[in-house]
Amino acid sequence: METFIFLVAGAICLVGALGVVLSKNPVHSALSLVATLFGIAVLFVAQEANFLAAVQVIVYAGAIVVLFLFVIMLLGVDQSEDLDVEPIVGQRSAAFFVGIAIFFLPVIALASTAWEATGMEGNLGRLSDGGPDIEALGEVVFTRYLLAFEVTSILLVIAVVGAVLLAKKSRVSEELEIEGLYEPAVAEPSEPESDDAEADA
Amino acid sequence: MLLAAVEPAWYLILASMLFAIGAVGLLIRRNPLVMFMCVELMLNAVTLTFVTFSRMLDDIGGQAAVLFVLVVAAAEVVVGLGIIVAILRRRPAATADDLSLLKG
Repeated sequence: METFIFLVAGAICLVGALGVVLSKNPVHSALSLVATLFGIAVLFVAQEANFLAAVQVIVYAGAIVVLFLFVIMLLGVDQSEDLDVEPIVGQRSAAFFVGIAIFFLPVIALASTAWEATGMEGNLGRLSDGGPDIEALGEVVFTRYLLAFEVTSILLVIAVVGAVLLAKKSRVSEELEIEGLYEPAVAEPSEPESDDAEADA
Repeated sequence: MLLAAVEPAWYLILASMLFAIGAVGLLIRRNPLVMFMCVELMLNAVTLTFVTFSRMLDDIGGQAAVLFVLVVAAAEVVVGLGIIVAILRRRPAATADDLSLLKG
């Protein structure tokens, strides 16, 4: 049964991944990404990581991909990219060889250990105890990794502040625009605005 | 026989494939949004290996790592898309090749 699930979900993952890379339209790429993320969530369930599968669907498919689609729609950059033109000669074939290497190096390393994970077994919490995975996960996150957990909350606050700061039209870029660094100068810099910017700086 | 019991190593091979596809996509695509999606693809491949190792070593630590990767990925997407919006608002249809303001 697990083999069947693995084969189906793995095929969905690979098709979605190829769709992300090969689609001309960014919207199609985003939708292919959803397929891959769902496939990976199914593989999580197959490996009894039920909580992570739920989080994967909620955070990735529910939030991140929607954010991508919002940006695509907001900016109207849904025009197709011409994939036939190769910007740098030989880039595609070089990238292909890099991809082959990236695929085979871990596989060779894995084969050298007879397809088993080497290293010590951890002592954080057994999965084979039979308890629900979310229980073990919660215990580890709120004891051993409590500091890391708190740091992630700071990280999220920083990300929100950064997003708001980036989204609003900054005075610095307005100044540069007026000085003609981004676009041909269209207006004389007016005194009150520059005073304002200096006061803010 | 193909339909033998699935080995955890199969998951690792699949994750390796996904990571390679994401890396190639990052190298050959020039639309910054699609490049970003390829980064997400690579992150997901790595989370799959974390969960698989967690199962192989019978330890919850790998799943805890995945939880943190998810948080970092969410923060990264928010900031990255903010930057992309700021760039593309100024110059629509810019590709990664056009963003050469820092070139000496």
